[in-house]
Amino acid sequence: MISKAGYSVLRQARSQLRSRVGPSPVASLSALARLLSSLAVLEQKEGKLNPGSLAAVTAAQKLGGPVTAFIAGSNIKSVAEEAAKVAGIEKIIAVDNGAYDRLLFTNTSSTQGLPENYAPLLVENIKKGGFTHIIVGHTAFGKNLFPRVAALLDVQQISDITSIENENTFVRPIYAGNAIATVESSDSIKVFTIRGTAFAAAAAEGGSATIEDGVDPKVESPTEWVSEDLAKSDRPDLATAGRVVSGGRGLKSKEEFDKVMLPLADALGAAVGASRAAVDSGYADNSLQVGQTGKVVAPELYLCAGISGAIQHLAGMKDSKVIAAINKDPDAPIFQVADVGLVGDLFEKVPELTEKLKK
Amino acid sequence: MGPSETGTLHHQLLHYQIPHHIKQLTTKRAANMSALRILVPVKRVIDYAVFAPHFLFPQISYYILDQTAIETNGVKHSMNPFDELSIEESVRIREKNSAPGGVEDILAFSAGPTKSQDTLRTAMAMGADRSILVEMKDGEELEPLGVAKLLKKVVEKEKSNLVILGKQSIDDDAAQTGQMLAGLLGWSQATQASKVEFKEGDVVEVTKEVDGGTDVVRAKLPMVITTDLRLNEPRYASLQSIMKAKKKKLEKTSLSDWGLDASKRLKTLKVIEPPPRQGGGKVEDVDSMISKLKELGAL
Repeated sequence: MISKAGYSVLRQARSQLRSRVGPSPVASLSALARLLSSLAVLEQKEGKLNPGSLAAVTAAQKLGGPVTAFIAGSNIKSVAEEAAKVAGIEKIIAVDNGAYDRLLFTNTSSTQGLPENYAPLLVENIKKGGFTHIIVGHTAFGKNLFPRVAALLDVQQISDITSIENENTFVRPIYAGNAIATVESSDSIKVFTIRGTAFAAAAAEGGSATIEDGVDPKVESPTEWVSEDLAKSDRPDLATAGRVVSGGRGLKSKEEFDKVMLPLADALGAAVGASRAAVDSGYADNSLQVGQTGKVVAPELYLCAGISGAIQHLAGMKDSKVIAAINKDPDAPIFQVADVGLVGDLFEKVPELTEKLKK
Repeated sequence: MGPSETGTLHHQLLHYQIPHHIKQLTTKRAANMSALRILVPVKRVIDYAVFAPHFLFPQISYYILDQTAIETNGVKHSMNPFDELSIEESVRIREKNSAPGGVEDILAFSAGPTKSQDTLRTAMAMGADRSILVEMKDGEELEPLGVAKLLKKVVEKEKSNLVILGKQSIDDDAAQTGQMLAGLLGWSQATQASKVEFKEGDVVEVTKEVDGGTDVVRAKLPMVITTDLRLNEPRYASLQSIMKAKKKKLEKTSLSDWGLDASKRLKTLKVIEPPPRQGGGKVEDVDSMISKLKELGAL
């Protein structure tokens, strides 16, 4: 185990190295510098970079070593060029092969992938590049892919981290966010997924990374992708929206949910979310669920109506900057976390609020 | 969880009313379908309803001990909710005859303290045929990678061709084991399943919950599936099935029987409560709500 003093020596050595032009004359220092080199895995769809995936670049930068980004798919050149402009990336590794195209994101920034061929692809490139830290967002794509990558590397992955203490130590919520654990990894390669709301996306402009072709082991996937059915929406993406309005069981029906909540969302330019109760009752689509088993959001404003505030729901929204709640039950737990609470009938209060916000 | 059909009744109906249909299936199975040997790993965790944020329920904040661990003694435990879905799905595959090759075996498996046998009994009361427990000492536990390595050995020994796991355990929230197992075995994986369908020729079609909607993938057995909450509604075990489960086989083993140790890659340095959040009180009407939100810079 390296002491805290050890880390700072390491950092110093690294920063000296980086300011120096040309190869370092001190062999031991360059050996130390090789200890940290991060790979941020980015997501793309149809020639466009998923901006949400750039949070992985920010996390990689916090570690302090050189940052490489990885991207794969068909006609990858334009995406690689777009990624090369992202601030903080030194190098892009791009693999041009349509076999990795099932790596999609939609206007709701959904992603999916076939980890059966993508995981071996990534492992080959990690081994070739000698990376020590492998990072991706804790999205459907990251969750599906990374544990497979970690197992192939014989590494214990660290999921959904919210903060990086140093190159070995990471912070992550457990028990639905009811406890925060700090863990130290003894693996030589750290494979982790990051909570998107805990790291800002890297700036899309200002960088000038070099682009190089990655290795492609061309592993055949035993699994075949068949189809997708994604909810289309013009509203902002729930996971990254600055404002979220969310409805619960109190909305009583899908018709009422749409009639009451959607105009409020539009008045605020907000994304729409829902509690599990609302989703299970069919008032809102599954993909809108906020909570332990759904999305974790942390917008500037989280405005909810007809949500009592079950533990599992709170796990998904309690890090929002400002929480506002409308509920007819004055004893609902949601009022204990809400910065602004209004006791009243949502069918009356929400339309009134919508009207007044429009003015 | 609501009321559900009693497993035993459903089971009897299927088996006694349509025997010749079953016969046909048996013939087909001999031709080109594999009979399913399903492995269902289950985990004993603190009951989801028990764990609560300190800032809402300060009286039960003793769940975190000296900033190092979660207190588990004397706390209600139950089967990880996602694992209940795995058992339920396996049993439904059998009851509904949805797999052309039929279901030969449903094996529930757990690694943990001796009390994990209660979880396995529950799994058997829900319809699993038998179970294996890897008994672990107090304070000894496996990380997802260790569980995946253990499960790989179980799959090989028991000749499982379908593993159905929960998408995550609600204590560690790692969401890794199923994918790791599929990676170690080199099998197909379908995570966060909301629908599982069997087709001719050992093909399984799985609808997955993804960000923004659903996604359908198709693979041939063997494969690993992880469950999402929308897959099904787990049944309550009837008293009769609980009694029957007591007679089912529960094999106790140890980690060394499987040639594994419990050494960990991650060391937990600290476990703390999340920063408390204070409610800001209530306002009288919509106008006050708007002005308060403006004051807080949210509008």
